[in-house]
Amino acid sequence: MKKFLTIALALVLALGCLAGCGEPATSSTSGDAAATAFKIGGTGPLTGGAAIYGTAVANAAKIAVEEINAKGGIQFELRYEDDAHDAEKAVNAYNILKDWGMQIFMGSVTSAPGVATSAEANADNIFFLTPSGSSTDVLGGVADPLTGTVSIPRKSNVFQICFTDPNQGLASAQYIADKALGQKIAVIYKNDDVYSTGIYNSFAAKAAELNLNIVSTTTFTTDSQTDFSVQIAAAKDAGADLIFLPMYYDAASLILTQADAIGYAPKFFGVDGMDGILAVEGFDTALAEGVMLLTPFAADAEDEATQNFVAKYEAAYGETPNQFAADAYDTVYAIAAALEKAGATPDMTASQLCDVLVAQFTSADFAVDGLTGAGMTWSATGEVSKAPKGMMIQDGKYVSMD
Amino acid sequence: MLAFLNHVINGISLGSVYAIIALGYTMVYGIAKMLNFAHGDVIMVGAYICFFAVASYGLHPILGVLLAMLVCTILGMVIERLAYKPLRQAPSLAVLITAIGMSYFLQNSAQLMWGTNQKMFPAIFGKTPFSFGGITISVTTVVTIIACVVIMLALTWFTGNTKMGKAMRACSEDKAAAQLMGINVNTTISITFAIGSALAAVAGVLLCSAYPNLVPTTGSMPGIKAFTAAVFGGIGSIPGALLGGVLLGVIEIMAKAYISTQLSDAIVFAVLIIVLLVKPTGLLGKKIREKV
Repeated sequence: MKKFLTIALALVLALGCLAGCGEPATSSTSGDAAATAFKIGGTGPLTGGAAIYGTAVANAAKIAVEEINAKGGIQFELRYEDDAHDAEKAVNAYNILKDWGMQIFMGSVTSAPGVATSAEANADNIFFLTPSGSSTDVLGGVADPLTGTVSIPRKSNVFQICFTDPNQGLASAQYIADKALGQKIAVIYKNDDVYSTGIYNSFAAKAAELNLNIVSTTTFTTDSQTDFSVQIAAAKDAGADLIFLPMYYDAASLILTQADAIGYAPKFFGVDGMDGILAVEGFDTALAEGVMLLTPFAADAEDEATQNFVAKYEAAYGETPNQFAADAYDTVYAIAAALEKAGATPDMTASQLCDVLVAQFTSADFAVDGLTGAGMTWSATGEVSKAPKGMMIQDGKYVSMD
Repeated sequence: MLAFLNHVINGISLGSVYAIIALGYTMVYGIAKMLNFAHGDVIMVGAYICFFAVASYGLHPILGVLLAMLVCTILGMVIERLAYKPLRQAPSLAVLITAIGMSYFLQNSAQLMWGTNQKMFPAIFGKTPFSFGGITISVTTVVTIIACVVIMLALTWFTGNTKMGKAMRACSEDKAAAQLMGINVNTTISITFAIGSALAAVAGVLLCSAYPNLVPTTGSMPGIKAFTAAVFGGIGSIPGALLGGVLLGVIEIMAKAYISTQLSDAIVFAVLIIVLLVKPTGLLGKKIREKV
């Protein structure tokens, strides 16, 4: 009797399992005839060290979706899944979204997960437009500046709203040279991170071309991301008056603190990953005073669209939106513009929508005016074309330098 | 020369943080004969408790440290009672895996409770460094080194001269025989964990004072490095933990400064391998012959 019960229970469990797995899969592949809204999904670090970016993107995308839905035309349904800035978790999150019936994918917020999810979306032919996954490996098809080889083939349905990492490196070198910001430049970068090395490689190549005087180049890894005394001492001993920091703010905040502790105060120049440093709990914002960064978005811009967005974001979430938020807002609007222009309807399958959207994004007459740039256009490489802005932190706020 | 001296001081400063964590590792290993991989995460909990006490409730830093020690002591004993005690007779591999599981449990609980955004630990020992003749030493470094030496001496005295210390050494040598001699093995091991966890709280506060980046994974990498330091110095040996930690820090900084910032970790672990090849029990480890 006992044996019989065990077997029966096991059977019930197994059946329940199968039923549970089977259900969502059916709705994911085919388009829903009765659908009235496009299902947009995205993954990002809503928890973990890079959570500031993920939450900013998810919050801003929500604002954009609410605005667009309120207009009554195209309707969106938005869902964000947590990937904790981890490639494996991002692929799981992507699969959850696919089971939910996602038709358009806003990609992953950060680069390393983006490289993984873009490969999946490419294989499934789901349109991928990331607000902020800036590595060229997300797009694929871009040659390494050092070796000249293409390691990942171009994923033809993958596009970016943000600058690619090499473009950030190039623009930073150009900006430092144009404004003559530093005579002796030191670079500290994270050599186990695709984002940081991507920017560094193109920065170093461009700096050599522009005859910038790089006096010290040092690295660190995730595992040694606590003590920067050697890197800072190397820059100080070489007499550097500007330190270029192509990295996220978590490491940058430690470098600022430790440089301050030994009384060394060069200029610091960061990239878009520096955005968010002011929001770190307990961080002495006086340390970031005078830090410069290149970013396409300025929350203090005077135009109506920016002010409207900043006001809404501040009202809803109690903080000033960063560049990632603006990128996400633009992403939703770019998707809406392309869908409208193509006359797409929510009953189309993800694959049909993907073909339509790729055709729009690569067509010559498709341009989007967003918070992060006017007249943004895309090439078949997936890269965006727009102009960066130089920003400086003054009195605990980002202020435009131009 | 000045640069070299500054690197030595930075190395000692980093090494003393490893050393203070390694003391906790080695204490628990030496007596309970188990690798408590959750030690790094108890450190993290201690740092968070102190952070909230000082930054959010405005308590005096010393009260913050004491509160962190109290919470960690209780936490350490609870972990021991719930996760390790039922496995006292189990193979050591099972205990090891449980410890790793406990480590992830603490990390993820911390993520749930305190969120994942980075917090900057306040400079509780002040910011003005001591400096003489071009050499600067931060107050935190001085405090860490003093704390390390004091704790090491206190632990050595405690295990050598008190009744409980003798019980601990007896348990370390042979649990069954110790029990036959009338020693309460369970209580002894519980107290070992209590002491180890209180040390973890102190280590957490010192770690985050030196490197003020507080996230739920703060303890994991320094924990691994400190474990390396404990093995390097001879695991189970209390002076060995101090020596191993300081040496590891100095080697790491020297490798970064004079060889390559990219290869520093590779060099540190290569040195470890060489030391263990020559002296398998670590620098100050005791040679124990297995009796068959």
